[in-house]
This record gives sequence, C-alpha cells and structure tokens, in this order.
Amino acid sequence: MTSPSPDPAPYLDLQSVAKVYASRDGMVRALDQISLAGRRDAFISIVGPSGCGKSTLMMIAAGLMAPSSGRVAVDGKAVTAPRTEIGIVFQSPVLLEWRTALGNVMLQAEAKRLARGAAERRARDLLAAVGLEDFEDKYPHELSGGMRQRVSICRALIHDPPQLLMDEPFGALDALTRDQLVLDLQRICHERRIGVLFITHSVAEAVFLSDQVIVMTPRPGRIDRTIDIDLPRPRTIAMRETPEFARLNREILDLFLARGVLREH
Amino acid sequence: MSETEPIAPTSAAPRIEEVEASVARSRAARAARARLAAVLAPVAVVVALLALWEAGTRLFAVPAFLLPAPSAIVLAMANNAALLAAGAWVTTLEILLGFLLSIAVGIPLALMIFLWPPFARAVLPLLISSQAMPKVAIAPLFLVWFGFGLVPKVLIAFLIAFFPVVINTAVGLAAIEPEKIHLARSMGFGAVDTFFKIRLPDALPAIFAGLKISITLAVVGAVVGEFVGGDAGLGYLLMVANGQMDTQLLFAGIVCLTILGVVFYLLVELAERLVIPRHIINRDRGTGGSL
Repeated sequence: MTSPSPDPAPYLDLQSVAKVYASRDGMVRALDQISLAGRRDAFISIVGPSGCGKSTLMMIAAGLMAPSSGRVAVDGKAVTAPRTEIGIVFQSPVLLEWRTALGNVMLQAEAKRLARGAAERRARDLLAAVGLEDFEDKYPHELSGGMRQRVSICRALIHDPPQLLMDEPFGALDALTRDQLVLDLQRICHERRIGVLFITHSVAEAVFLSDQVIVMTPRPGRIDRTIDIDLPRPRTIAMRETPEFARLNREILDLFLARGVLREH
Repeated sequence: MSETEPIAPTSAAPRIEEVEASVARSRAARAARARLAAVLAPVAVVVALLALWEAGTRLFAVPAFLLPAPSAIVLAMANNAALLAAGAWVTTLEILLGFLLSIAVGIPLALMIFLWPPFARAVLPLLISSQAMPKVAIAPLFLVWFGFGLVPKVLIAFLIAFFPVVINTAVGLAAIEPEKIHLARSMGFGAVDTFFKIRLPDALPAIFAGLKISITLAVVGAVVGEFVGGDAGLGYLLMVANGQMDTQLLFAGIVCLTILGVVFYLLVELAERLVIPRHIINRDRGTGGSL
C-alpha cells in the first residue's frame, strides 16, 4: 500500500487533495493538502468555519467532483465516478415534492434496481425506525422539517450503504429536533455498522457523534488538527456534561480562537 | 407531598374535546360562507352591470348600431345561432391546431435549447428577435404564401403562441435545484432516468404555466388570421358584421370568442390538474395563475 497510515487498510483514503476553482472574482483556493484515511465503520466529522471548503470536500469524497490535484481512493481503488454505493444526505432534504415519503425512499431502490417488494418492506421498516410509520403516504409539504430530513436519511440507507456522507444534515433544524436526530443517527450507524463522513459546524455535535474530529482552517481549507474522541459508546445526553466532553469541546474551540475564527472581545 | 399537583378539572371549564368540536363547527361554517361568497360575489357584479347596461341603453335611447342592449345581443345570438356555431367551429379548429403545433414544435425546441448549449446560443437571439416582430404584420405575407384556407390562420396562431411554450419549458428544465441532480448522480441514475424521473416532473408546473399563456395567445392568433384573410370563422364574422353595421351580431361574435377562450383555458387547467398533484400547482402559484 502507498499509504503510510497506521490502519492496515483505510476505506476512504484522500491523499494531498487540493481544489481550486474559478469564480467571478478570480480563482478560489477551496482545499489544500487534505489527507485523511478512515476505517470502514469510522464516524469522522469535519468541523470548520463557513467557506472552509467542507462541502467541496464532501463532493470530492462522493465522487461528484474531481479534485484539482491529489488522489481519492476507496478500498484501494481510485474514485473516478460518482460513488453510487454510499448514501448521501444534504443540508436540505432534497425530496421530490410529487412523491410520498415512501416514494422518496423508494427512489434510491429504483436507481439501484432492487427487487420492489423487498425494498418496499425495508423502506417501511426504516421509516418506522425513525418514527415515521404513520407518515409513509404523506407528501413532503405535509411533513415538518425534521420529518423531511428523516425521510432523506432513510433514502440514503435503503440500499445498506457501507458509508454515509452527510453535509450539515441537521443545520436547518431546531435544537430539540437536532438532539433527537443525532441520537437516532448514532443508533442507526451503530446497529448497521455504517461509517459516516459528517460535515458540520457544530462542535458539540461533532464531539458527541464521532470517533475522530477533523478541524479545518479558514480558506483555503487545510486540516488543522485531527482529534480522536474516545468517549464510551453509546453516548448519552448526560455525557455532554462530563469533564471529558467539555475538554474535547474546549480543545476544538481553542483552535478556532487561535485561528481567529472565533474572537473573544 | 408532590410538587406538581394535577389541576382538578372544574365543572365550569369545558373538556378539550368539546372545545375542539366547537372550533371545528365554527370553522366549517366560516368556510361554507366563504365558498358561497366566492361564487355569489362575481355573479352579483355581472348581473348588476348587465342590468345597468340594459337600463342605460333604454333610458337614453342609445341607437343599436352604437351600443345594443344585452337583451338585443342575446336575441342576436339566438337568431344567428347556426351562423355563430359554424364560425365557432372553424375558429376552434384553428386555435386547436395552432396550439397543438406550438406544443409539437415548442417542446422539442426547448429540449434542444436545454440539452445542447451551442444550439441555444445560435437560436435564442433569433427566437427572441422574432418576438419583437409584430406578428400581425406577417399575416398578409402568409396570405400570399398559403392562400385563404385553414393553413395561414393555424400558422399565425402558432407563431404567436409557441414562444411561451419554448421559454417556459427551457427555463423550467434549467431551474432545478443542483442538489437534486447531485443526488441523482450519486444514486446511480443515468441521463435518461434523471430526465424522466426527476428533471421533467420538476419542470411540469413551469411548462403548464407556458401552455396556459400559449392557449390564450392562440385565440388571438386565429382571430388575427381571420381578420386579414378569412372566409370563415368568428373573426371573419366580426368583419362582416362590422361592414354591415350589425353591432348586435358584432357583440354576439365577441361573446362567443370570449366563451371559446375561457373554455380552452379551463381545458388546459384541467389537463394540468390531471397531470400534476394539486399541492405542487399551489407551490408554484404566481407563475401561472388560476381562474
């Protein structure tokens, strides 16, 4: 293997990825020297200020965008096309308004040409697992923001993906709904042994969910520090009050203070 | 002693089920009144205007060639029913063929504009400048080329009506959120599935908004065609009535054309309701509008 990573075989492997794109105001250096290697079932969060290239990084990790330089590989194979095996969740739910909750989840099954009967049973199970068993036949406009994002998570899970890519999935939700979805996500990923690449700007959310938090610098986005989170699992609401949790939170916030992302007056 | 003692229901306070029932009742009554008012108010206004018109023409003895009374117009419609029906049939045919041609040409053209940017760059300036040209001015030319029959009227209706179909379809197809396309690619949909399962249904409200503008323009086009070189149809009938100073018949023709226009518009709206679920039409309210 070319990677000097301590893990025997990294699943998602980014090496010296850089992305520069042209905008109206000239060239934008979005990402610089991004290298990361994650185990298959690792929960990896990427936190950083707005505009640090987090979303660009997710697009590259999903194979939806090619890096300007560097290498992206999964299981040792270079990524050159969209990675269809993964599940993807955006900040907005991106549901089709003319399909019901069930129909939206089934879109993924249609794309993967899964057997209809089995896929539909699985879709119903997934919706029930996130508390939407009575909302299968509702259209997106009849659902709350949190419910819509749950449907979008079910859609990302129906084909049993090895990894979820989530770009600020809870960013638009209220605090209580956020807490619930964070707990739901932890349970789902643990039960199904799914790895996650989780983009967020919530430090507490990242610490709560992750095995590893990658802190990014402001533009151009570089990896500032990688922090291993070894809090025991499953993590609970009460754990957020522990000194260990506070210390990890503080470590990340101190980095932001040091970089001028946060300022104390 | 517990800190939160449940509050004992007092006999005076109604239970929540009763409150709900009473709110539901008053809401239903209000909705029923609103529905009735929505129908009655416009009808009342029209009846009042017609009565005022009728009374005014009688009171001031307005000559019929200037402004006939509504009753005289209704009489003229009854007396010329066969003539009007024959004219309406011809005009209907022209409108329908012009509209269908607008769809048959407009939608493929919009697809090519959307799918093939070099084509869009080449064709869009031409298309837009063609709209600056007054179509009525072309009508005599069509007369020279295609004679007096159905063809020139259909073509003029088409020429006026196809533009909103092209523009709305092309804009509607391009207006999709980029995330929906990212999602489709990451799920593994090919170009064809992405188009038919995601992009086209997403554009349908915009396409129908274009079709609704187009059908009203097709009516205008057919009448313009008949004005310039017609030997049949409601537009032609208007010209004849005008020449004979038969103002009752003129008004009767205008009433028939208005009915025709409204019926066609409602048919397109009906098609829209059949194709697109109601809540999605509501989402895009304002781009299309509804009768």
